[in-house]
Amino acid sequence: MRKVLFGACALAALAIGVSAQAETVAVTNARILTAGPAGEIASGAVVFKDGKITAVGANVAAPAGARVIDAHGGVVAPGFFATGSLLGAVEVGSLGNDLSVNNPAIGASFDIQYGLNPESGLLPVARLGGLTSAVVLPLPVGGRGGEDYDQEDDDASKYTAGPGGEGSKSHALFAGTGAVIDLSGHETILTKAKVAMVVPFGRAGAGVAGGARGAEIVALKEALADVRAYMKNKAAYERAGYRDLALSRGDLEALVPVVEGRMPIVAVVRRASDIRQVLAFAREEHVKVILEGAEEGWMVAGEIAKAGAPVLLNPLNDRPESYEELAATMDNAGRLAAAGVTVALESTGGSARVRETRYGAGNAVSHGMSYAAALASVTINPARIFGVADRTGSLEPGKDADLVIWTGDPFEPLSQPTAVFIHGEAQPMTSRQIELRDRYRDLGRPLPPGYTHP
Amino acid sequence: MSLWKLTVALIAAAAVSGCATTAPPAKSAEAGAAPASAPARPKPLPPGLDPLARADAFPSTYRPMPSHATAVVGASVFTGTGTLIENGTVLVKDGKVEAVGAGLAVPAGYDTVDAHGKWVTPGLIDAHSHLGVYASPAVQANSDGNELTNPVTAEVWAEHSVWPQDPGFNTARVGGVTTILVLPGSGNLIGGRGVVLRNIPARTVQNMKFPDAPYVLKMACGENPKRVYGSKGRAPSTRMGNVAGYRAAWINAADYQRRWDDYRAKVAKGEKADPPKRDLGLDTLAGVLRGEILVENHCYRADEMAQMIDISKEFGYHVAAFHHAVEAYKIADLLAENHICVATWANWWGGKMEMLDGIEANAALVNAAKGGCAVIKSDDPDLIQRLNQEAAEALAAGRAAGLAITEAEAIKWITSNPAKAIGVERQTGSLEPGKRADLVIWDHDPFSIYARTERVYLDGAVAYDRRDPRYQPRSDFDLGQPGEGVR
Repeated sequence: MRKVLFGACALAALAIGVSAQAETVAVTNARILTAGPAGEIASGAVVFKDGKITAVGANVAAPAGARVIDAHGGVVAPGFFATGSLLGAVEVGSLGNDLSVNNPAIGASFDIQYGLNPESGLLPVARLGGLTSAVVLPLPVGGRGGEDYDQEDDDASKYTAGPGGEGSKSHALFAGTGAVIDLSGHETILTKAKVAMVVPFGRAGAGVAGGARGAEIVALKEALADVRAYMKNKAAYERAGYRDLALSRGDLEALVPVVEGRMPIVAVVRRASDIRQVLAFAREEHVKVILEGAEEGWMVAGEIAKAGAPVLLNPLNDRPESYEELAATMDNAGRLAAAGVTVALESTGGSARVRETRYGAGNAVSHGMSYAAALASVTINPARIFGVADRTGSLEPGKDADLVIWTGDPFEPLSQPTAVFIHGEAQPMTSRQIELRDRYRDLGRPLPPGYTHP
Repeated sequence: MSLWKLTVALIAAAAVSGCATTAPPAKSAEAGAAPASAPARPKPLPPGLDPLARADAFPSTYRPMPSHATAVVGASVFTGTGTLIENGTVLVKDGKVEAVGAGLAVPAGYDTVDAHGKWVTPGLIDAHSHLGVYASPAVQANSDGNELTNPVTAEVWAEHSVWPQDPGFNTARVGGVTTILVLPGSGNLIGGRGVVLRNIPARTVQNMKFPDAPYVLKMACGENPKRVYGSKGRAPSTRMGNVAGYRAAWINAADYQRRWDDYRAKVAKGEKADPPKRDLGLDTLAGVLRGEILVENHCYRADEMAQMIDISKEFGYHVAAFHHAVEAYKIADLLAENHICVATWANWWGGKMEMLDGIEANAALVNAAKGGCAVIKSDDPDLIQRLNQEAAEALAAGRAAGLAITEAEAIKWITSNPAKAIGVERQTGSLEPGKRADLVIWDHDPFSIYARTERVYLDGAVAYDRRDPRYQPRSDFDLGQPGEGVR
């Protein structure tokens, strides 16, 4: 086995040590992708202190006493934002997750924040992919329609029949609310709870509404009417002097911010005609909407842009995986962005493979998205869409120091992160996978691999 | 005509057309079945009852598309043999690679393709795909990859499930994939035969079958078979049940082979003999024991792979490759010593317990073992479009682990090594004189995320051209659908 010496970058990573809290750190000699108004800075420095960025720019010098990290001409970028991830709510996919609930009393009121696990072994792996934040969204009880599997190998379970035909399940019209987390592994990974309400449309929505698309919008409108009636007649409702409502009290309460336009819905939708129906529904009901999936979004890009609806999409979906995405194309992300739609990129799988987010961005670029738009779609756009752009998503003074130093263009597989900071704190550049790798790298040692001495 | 009469007529017609076939005779196996001229001897078996009468009952009808002598000039050429040639020229003639080198003179009459500033690789080979058997759209009606009615279904052949109109074949070709091993799924201990395909648009699967490629047998370890059958309340429901199942199958196969050998020995001596009854499943397993059919073994965990190696030695066969094999790095030495390839991913891990220890550097560590054979494969209709990117991720992980690996070495993981793993290395997988001219022109270094294919050649013929809609075939399924032509 041939080995090369550790490069300067690896040494730099080791030298960073543990906590950068309470000290001033300057990353110098870097190409800076700010994802903010300053755009790309060909060569400059980023300074942060007490977890917040204090300066970014070409002519920024390291303050006296600051710990200086020379990026050696590498790239500094905001930590990437995993959109539509399952992080913190799943460990081993086949063992289940905390993303989906089938409880007649708890649909809209399902709140993912209470199930998050900061100790998840998936977080360190995601960090090594340059990710520092994630939005974790519930999975609709009937699946996500056209295709519904996280990551399976070639066994039969991934091709099961879709939902439907089991009668109306009003509670399942709403999958519950998601949360934004950071990937630090601290006990307080929750950045913001109740950021959006997931609602399945299309085939998945039809399934929970009794089997046909036509039933779902009707059922949703009825449910929102119930919420409004509940809001106006809370006193009567509480003393059981009011007509029966389709949803539980908790679900009605959870939908109040939705009908008041304070909480967006994440509409799981793929087919162009379904996207039109979602936009019309949102307009008529005065509901803020985020489209998720949207494989055929490019066909109605102008309408999406006009409605001001952001889109969460996987840029790699380009096959007619189902009858809801016959027009899927790798050009989707680029075309939507060009039409003025705010796009955030999802990764395949959402958990174990979430580290591939940066490669998805690269593929979006090779299929027509501008580099700046692709960078925004994995940083500032998801931060804006989920209401945390005041804290993260770009390298600007005053924001959290969530940033990553790369050996080169972060979308390139051959580039590697050399340091990851979350809230200014240097993250350990290791994971269970790295430990396994190092345990078995040299198979010629005299003692079995479990022994750690040489 | 009654249904019964119709059936009889069809069988008769099939038999006649079978006798009148104009296909060249297969090499050895068919000799014994030559009809009229056979000398007086015990009555020959009808072809359908003799396993060796027609070793391939569904022969390839693949014909290369028309091509013209071509010189691809000026590119950085990854040969697939571990070499990178700068300013390279690839000469293609009669569908074969004629010569590869730096600054070769272009003979008169050759079409010249200016590839300065571009990259050339051999056509990519996916050693693990379910295109056609789990076709898009992934509706139940197209779910034909797992015969989950018995844990040992050696009698089924993936090619009988392949739908040539799966749109995934076209998107895979756009990704530079020219040769594909289509396997049955992994729900069974022994899932059946896989088939090697040339990735061209075709009306029949026979049109796609790779001429003279060996057949393969799909086997599977671990969680899938025990979950599928355990949930049905039958064996296997444990890993030890899995192993008992493999061994019982090989015992049956060895016995079957012995009965045929005895029968043929008697016939050869002119003795009266009753032929064994032909068994399609045991035919396939006996083919493995005779070394004619390659074993492609889905197996994640290191300890299970070691057991499968011992089973192969117990019954006298060889495992060509372990697939998925996310723990191969734990026994890279053992796998290399046994000349077993490892067909794996860089990024897939963690979805279930047997995938938990998957690491990005798996392929690189397999590659680093002396004699190691690392293969990056897809098992997925999306990943097959980006095998080069998966290889880049595996390469980066190897370098991060301190291994000095060149791109010229890593390109073998998606070209010559999979060719070896599926038994077509004498025909394709590298740019060497005499091999099929399967090659890809890329607009960037294929290890860059931005690399896209500009042109894909199969047997020297343009099979895909990014800038020429005439060479962007669409499947029947895509016609008239929304967004037609966007892929």
